[in-house]
Amino acid sequence: MAERELVAPAATTGVATETESKRQINWENLGRYIALVVVLFVALGPFYWTAITSIKIDSEINSSPPTLIPHSFTTQNYANAFLSVQPAFAKDLLNSTIVAILTTILALIFGSICAYAIARTKFRGKGGVLAIILSVQMFPLIALVGPLFVFFTNTINVYNTYVALIIPYLVISLPVTVYFLTSFFRELPPDLEEAARTDGCTRLGSLWRIILPLAAPGVFTTAILSFITVWNDFLFGLTMTSDSTAQTVTVAIPLFNGEHLIAFGEVSAAAIIVTVPLVIMVLFLQRRIVSGLTAGAVKG
Amino acid sequence: MATTIRTDAQPARKASLRDRFDLGNGMFPYFLVAPTIIIIALVAVYPIIDSIRLSLLDNPLIPSGSNFVGLRNYLQVLGDSAFRNSVGVTLIYSVVSVALETVIGFALALLMNKAFPGRGLVRTAILIPFAFPTIVSAQIWTLMLNAQNGLLTYLFQIMHILAPGDSLLRTPSGVVTAAVMIDVWKTTPFMALLLLAGLQVIPGELYESASVDGSNRWQQFWTITFPLLRSALLIALLFRMLDALRAFDLFYVLTGGGREIQTMALYSYANMFVGTTFDFSPGVAAAMILFIICAVVGIVTVSLSRISQN
Repeated sequence: MAERELVAPAATTGVATETESKRQINWENLGRYIALVVVLFVALGPFYWTAITSIKIDSEINSSPPTLIPHSFTTQNYANAFLSVQPAFAKDLLNSTIVAILTTILALIFGSICAYAIARTKFRGKGGVLAIILSVQMFPLIALVGPLFVFFTNTINVYNTYVALIIPYLVISLPVTVYFLTSFFRELPPDLEEAARTDGCTRLGSLWRIILPLAAPGVFTTAILSFITVWNDFLFGLTMTSDSTAQTVTVAIPLFNGEHLIAFGEVSAAAIIVTVPLVIMVLFLQRRIVSGLTAGAVKG
Repeated sequence: MATTIRTDAQPARKASLRDRFDLGNGMFPYFLVAPTIIIIALVAVYPIIDSIRLSLLDNPLIPSGSNFVGLRNYLQVLGDSAFRNSVGVTLIYSVVSVALETVIGFALALLMNKAFPGRGLVRTAILIPFAFPTIVSAQIWTLMLNAQNGLLTYLFQIMHILAPGDSLLRTPSGVVTAAVMIDVWKTTPFMALLLLAGLQVIPGELYESASVDGSNRWQQFWTITFPLLRSALLIALLFRMLDALRAFDLFYVLTGGGREIQTMALYSYANMFVGTTFDFSPGVAAAMILFIICAVVGIVTVSLSRISQN
């Protein structure tokens, strides 16, 4: 990323008199840091609050005023969340993991050859292909629920199975996969691939032997993003399953809210369990995610 | 993007049919994109067409077959005050949250566009809400906003924004306010990062020469930054707007799946799955109306960006 070079000239523009500019920059920096502290506080506050609620005992959770630093510590909420049967949390967690992994593998297979064509070959209608794939990402998905539900229950009888989830999940995962892989494939130098092809490698061979290994970090990032996209879905999990045979973990979360009573500790523990793996993955890959996201955006 | 395609296409226009598709790669690229396009056609495009059929039947779920009823389902939905409310809720929520996200996202992007110690930390921190599943963020905010022991309820009561014992989730306008708050919290980072990417490709010399010409920062923003960011901004706006219009998870949790306050997507869902089987088709019809609104918003925005580019 070339951000450092780009900002350098802006920082040196105000060198009229050295002392004056110094004082000015100090004020500016102060304002900037105050704003950033507020941003950090707002961004991380809810996460912190959920994390500490998940380790508090019930009496402290219900105390007023609320305690910002926990006085008690318990792992009971986590144990309860895992052992709960009303939302069969552990099984739903397993379902989400399996479905997200299977969808991601399929999306990577179809998406990588599609992204290769978009990034590395010229053909008429490329813009149209990209437009179709990206516009699907913005579909109001509720419009797909009715017809897919009828098809899955009346025609192919897969309602409440993994298949009923993987099929619609491919549609939300493929646009993400194609978008990010295209952006990562574009960054690779074309020379290597050309060399491989003069040595007699076929196009698919060069995708498999040259492009994918070279773009491996990008492919990995894309896989994680696809996994997160599928994992975060709620609508299809809610409408295409009826019980924990296939129900996903996002559907289990609201089920912790009883009719009149919310199990605060357990919901918080469940929220942390569902979110922490994603947060870790995003933090780990943040540079790549930002560059993939923005590279594509700038090129349109 | 659009310009590169046009230059590719021009010489091909006079060429033979074979050459017209053959830009050095033959039919090969089409075989590569075919699987993805076929999946999308089968699982996204075909269901939309099937939706039209289903929305014209009285009850597609009964095995004996259902009757064609024309536009009756659409008329029923449009005549339902709950549906008209859901349109209002959806539009207010979408416009207010996207407007706030744009303004705050822009401010954040400008703030992060300078190198300073700790910038990486900030960029990392604002990605955390982005990683949250919507359902989980809705859930943890519901905990913070609940009447019994919510942290924010407590703070709002101390600041006299709320009466003692009251909670934001008790009134429809309170629910929409909460939904806007949560959405702004969760998706402003997305906006900020897209706009930051746009900011970083603006050459610094433009600002230098503007400073030499004596224009102040505010003038520079309107004469340099804003015009150059316009297309990035339009794309970000379109994505956010279409995402807000289909809001479902957030309101599902905030209202406990209740029917007093709904978005259009939630109204459609409730008809399809909560009512009797005879409510299914009106639900599909409501979803089609949402689809049409989204399509119109998309087409209008794309043509606006075309006009502004020419």
